[in-house]
Amino acid sequence: MSVAAPEIEKSRATLDAWVRELMQWHFNPDTGCPFWLQWAEKAGWEPRREIKTYADLDRFGLFQDEWLRGGPVRRWVPKAYKDRPIYTFETGGSTGVPKSRVNIDDFRIDYENYSATLPDDKFPKGADWLMVGPSGPRRLRLAIEHLAQHRGGMCFMVDLDPRWVIKLIKMGEMDMMELYKRHVIDQALTLLKAHDSIKCLFTTPKLLEALCERVSLKKAGITGVFCGGTEMTPQFHRFAVEELMEGAHFAPTYGNTLMGLGPSKAPTPADNWAIIYYPPAPRAMIEVVDPDDPWKLVEYGTTGRTRLTTLTKEFFMPRFLERDECERERPCEQYPWDGVRNVRPFSRFQKTVVEGVY
Amino acid sequence: MLHLPILRWGVPYRSVNQVVTPHFRTREPFVSMSQANIGLIRRDLLLQGEKRARLQKIPYADLVAMAGRAAEYFLNGTLPLDPMSGTTQSPQEYLEQVSATTGSPHSNVKRNMLKVHGVLSKVEEVLAGLTRGMDLRVLDEGYGSVNGQMLSFFARGDAMGVVLPSNSPGVHSLWAPATVLKMPLVLKPGSAEPWTPLRMIHAWVKAGAPADAFAYYPTDHAGGNEILRSTGRGMVFGDVGSTKKWKADGRVEVHGPGYSKVVIGPDLADQWEQYIDVIAESISNNGGRACVNASGVWVTRHADAIAEALAKKLATMSPRAADDPAAVLAPFADSETGRRISGVIDGDMVTDGAEGTDSAFAQDVSAMVRGPGRVVTAHGGTYVLPTIVRCAASHPLANREFLFPYASVVQVKAEELPDCLGPSLVVTCISNDPAFRARFAASPSVDRLNFGPMSTTQIGWDQPHEGNLFEHLYCRRAVQRLA
Repeated sequence: MSVAAPEIEKSRATLDAWVRELMQWHFNPDTGCPFWLQWAEKAGWEPRREIKTYADLDRFGLFQDEWLRGGPVRRWVPKAYKDRPIYTFETGGSTGVPKSRVNIDDFRIDYENYSATLPDDKFPKGADWLMVGPSGPRRLRLAIEHLAQHRGGMCFMVDLDPRWVIKLIKMGEMDMMELYKRHVIDQALTLLKAHDSIKCLFTTPKLLEALCERVSLKKAGITGVFCGGTEMTPQFHRFAVEELMEGAHFAPTYGNTLMGLGPSKAPTPADNWAIIYYPPAPRAMIEVVDPDDPWKLVEYGTTGRTRLTTLTKEFFMPRFLERDECERERPCEQYPWDGVRNVRPFSRFQKTVVEGVY
Repeated sequence: MLHLPILRWGVPYRSVNQVVTPHFRTREPFVSMSQANIGLIRRDLLLQGEKRARLQKIPYADLVAMAGRAAEYFLNGTLPLDPMSGTTQSPQEYLEQVSATTGSPHSNVKRNMLKVHGVLSKVEEVLAGLTRGMDLRVLDEGYGSVNGQMLSFFARGDAMGVVLPSNSPGVHSLWAPATVLKMPLVLKPGSAEPWTPLRMIHAWVKAGAPADAFAYYPTDHAGGNEILRSTGRGMVFGDVGSTKKWKADGRVEVHGPGYSKVVIGPDLADQWEQYIDVIAESISNNGGRACVNASGVWVTRHADAIAEALAKKLATMSPRAADDPAAVLAPFADSETGRRISGVIDGDMVTDGAEGTDSAFAQDVSAMVRGPGRVVTAHGGTYVLPTIVRCAASHPLANREFLFPYASVVQVKAEELPDCLGPSLVVTCISNDPAFRARFAASPSVDRLNFGPMSTTQIGWDQPHEGNLFEHLYCRRAVQRLA
């Protein structure tokens, strides 16, 4: 359903106000992180004074991918949080040295907000969860566990190392990859059989397929599946809902270490199984820009490259070009800001990136 | 626009993911193909054992009879194309559709249509060739007595996955007998030639075969690999790059380039003019796109004269309209592909070999006959004209294969043959010298051997081709029974 203009204006006003608040936070010597304070010194202008709206963030230019690769990671810790326990989370590592993002409470806040979008009848409060997917240095492991705890459950874990999977693929060791996948699924089946309390599942698209080749979700007692981590095509979406879920709720999400977590809009027939995500505004915004001009938004329905802006008190990352492409989606009633349709790896990079392996 | 569905063990399925193939000439969208995602393929293939069990129950004799009827339906019937929309396909529409997406002239398509018809209608003869005349009713029980001897066979898998090419509809005759051998088929069609396998399936089903003995998955390379990984037996067609990963996997029969050749022995070398027609046919039949087309002519004398005569003969083959019965050459569905192939030849003409040495010697004889323009645009398509290259045995162009009528002409010493040929799918050995022939018969590098002036493209139904389908699908076990 389309959304009324006042709702869009209201959400924009909220966003602009949040941007102003964050500028006061990140560029205040008492609260900001070394990276941005030093950046502002060199830039020769005062973001606290000159940034009034979200659109003004263009003045920062494009956020450089390399800034997050390597150390010192502590230069990203806001001074206000320097005495708090600090987590450092890494991106997938499909392209060289992984990017790192510091965290204090962001992952908890993101997943608590996301929790509110899950239907309680399918993801029952108090039910236990099974997480089958990448853990290690990624925030996903702690985040899913926190989601389960936030909803009153516990989280059982099966780990998967996606970097090893990427290596196996690059080496052409597809049989070994199958064995590893089987090893992961074996552990998941063992847990499902042992714990009737597990009703909710987090896993990746490929692991979901592999799990459903071995077990009926319905017979295993799963009523809700939260799925993410890699690209999902519309055909996969349809296949999952029609053939794998057996009545369980399928909640696809788009998320990464840098953005947080974007819920999907409930599908309608008109969407033809497109997966439409909305960023967790105002804490992050995704825009779809012209691949040849990252300052120009494409028209609604048009394909472009995703540009991410993360806006939390723990992490400020303006205008970062992601390695994804998609179509720009209109705001909707539930999410009165721009969304993205059918996110997939950026086609110009496809020959060089091994993605979507777990 | 036409639509081709996935067939999930015979059940049509329209995917959200569609890939459109254009008409080769107009570049306008011509057919949209539903694409299968890997998870869907894997999930369906969990049922392959069940599908084979059903096919196993049908007596061999009934399947042979069905093959005969399927042959007729394939050649003459109007068959479903997209059962979901009710679209059908007549034989003429089939010809036009294959031609539209591959560029093949109707005459080539018709010839291959007859080839598929031939295999299905003569399937007992074909299988007799593969099994040395064994009575295959033994497959009904899995064991039995043949000529007084106890025999037993078991299937090496529950289905055969086949990753098909786009370049030649004739290859479908290779897997066609699998259904009679009670083996369910899981087919990934080539993106430009989805028509023939689909028509064959519908012909079988109309002939009475269970629809769920066939799965048809238009999909990407990863999907094709998944089919080969998930089925007990497989076949893959493609170039060296796309097939090399399967070379070491005994479950998969690899059909890559053929590097087929014609050899004239020293005893008949002076009569070379008599063989120009059969050599030209070997090079150009089917538009030069099949693995059985000759890509090399190896002789012990008169190489220059032979090259010139072949170049002149092949220069008479000019691009013609797709529906011209005399058309031989096939345009490239993607014009860039034709230009790229021609560029590879030009690049290889200049080698690293030291000037004046054998390895540096190569001459485009066709260019001297027809002029240097190898790539032409005609009838709305891009053609690469037949090319004969005279070169040394050590030259990179001596043992190459391209998707158009191309051959090298190489002169070597008689004693170097056949060792100097390298792996060759078909060798036509023109010689009456028993000792010379014997060397070819003993060569492990020659897969099919023709003695006498016979085209490399001539297929004997009773001879195995590039592997033996029966031995690929079945294994013999020792069996004993107390009387």
